[in-house]
Amino acid sequence: MVEFNLPANSRIREGKTHPIPAGAKRVRRFRIYRYDPESGENPRLDTFHVDLDSCGPMVLDALIKIKNEMDSSLTFRRSCREGVCGSCAFNIDGVNTLACTKPIEDIKGDVKIYPLPHMPVIKDLVPDLSVPYAQYRLIQPWLQADTPPPAGERLQSPEEREKLDGLWECILCFCCQTSCPSYWWNGDRYLGPAVLLQAYRWIADSRDEATGDRLDQLNDPYRVFRCHTIMNCTSTCPKHLNPGKAVAEIKSLLAQRTL
Amino acid sequence: MELRSSLGRARGLGSAKEGVGHWWAQRVTAIALVPLAIWFVCAAISLLGADYSTFQAWISEFGNALLMILTALVLFYHAHLGMQVVIEDYVHGEAARIATLLIVKFVLAALAASCVLAVILVALRS
Repeated sequence: MVEFNLPANSRIREGKTHPIPAGAKRVRRFRIYRYDPESGENPRLDTFHVDLDSCGPMVLDALIKIKNEMDSSLTFRRSCREGVCGSCAFNIDGVNTLACTKPIEDIKGDVKIYPLPHMPVIKDLVPDLSVPYAQYRLIQPWLQADTPPPAGERLQSPEEREKLDGLWECILCFCCQTSCPSYWWNGDRYLGPAVLLQAYRWIADSRDEATGDRLDQLNDPYRVFRCHTIMNCTSTCPKHLNPGKAVAEIKSLLAQRTL
Repeated sequence: MELRSSLGRARGLGSAKEGVGHWWAQRVTAIALVPLAIWFVCAAISLLGADYSTFQAWISEFGNALLMILTALVLFYHAHLGMQVVIEDYVHGEAARIATLLIVKFVLAALAASCVLAVILVALRS
């Protein structure tokens, strides 16, 4: 259901302000969402001052610097620091993106960092993604073929392989998934743009023989057709992919087999 | 307390294996409404200031009555499909959703039927 009011325990309060480091010339203010379920307290917004002259260029560099030098309790996921693993997805400056590929310079004013929207928060910037992971498992993201495997690889022509471009690059950071209003309101039944892009990745694969079953699983008023081409998914994707188009292709294939 | 696995919850009641029919019907009625709406607006403008007998003569013509009935039926059917999507998006809770869906269905069906009836009655009145 659309929620106009936040539950009482999720109202964000003003948090701690960490001092400006001594001798710093180029200082940026970072406003970061903090939440610790074990404390029983409401979430708060902490303020950190980062000296850009002693910090790497990306938002993730600043987060790591804050954790190392100012507040070691700041909790966030990160791994590859180069836009490949999809761990450090946050809502930065109002847009879901990867902290490791988002330059601090691109943000005007304070750098505001929140967890991915509309997901339960485990701690600070770490959301509980178990539902989208389960939805990913639901679409059976592996090659399914009844033809016995040949002696070598299952072959694919360059043209067939080209159909996977723009799909295989998805790193499942769930920036798109959690930017989608349809997913916010009906995330329990709508599969969401990231999972549907992955579903289409297997539908579009010339080596896969389960297309019909896959489409059967998706043909549902909620699983696919909650998508109303809002296109937040495509505009937020840090890998510049087009989940909106992948969902449209699924709808088009579903229509094709009835017409 | 819910101890059901995430996968169990994600699978839920399974796929309805329908949904594309609704989506397609929404597009078909949208396309049909393009010429119908243009015709309707032109007709309304051409009848500006006309008295009842002029309008009565106009709607007694087969083509005008037909297009008028088509416009009403397609319009209300399209409105029904659209309202259904909005309700499914925003109204949660089984009872509330079904109740709202029923109300919308009944009201729009009544509106469509009254439009058709009005066209027939006015057209046949000599």
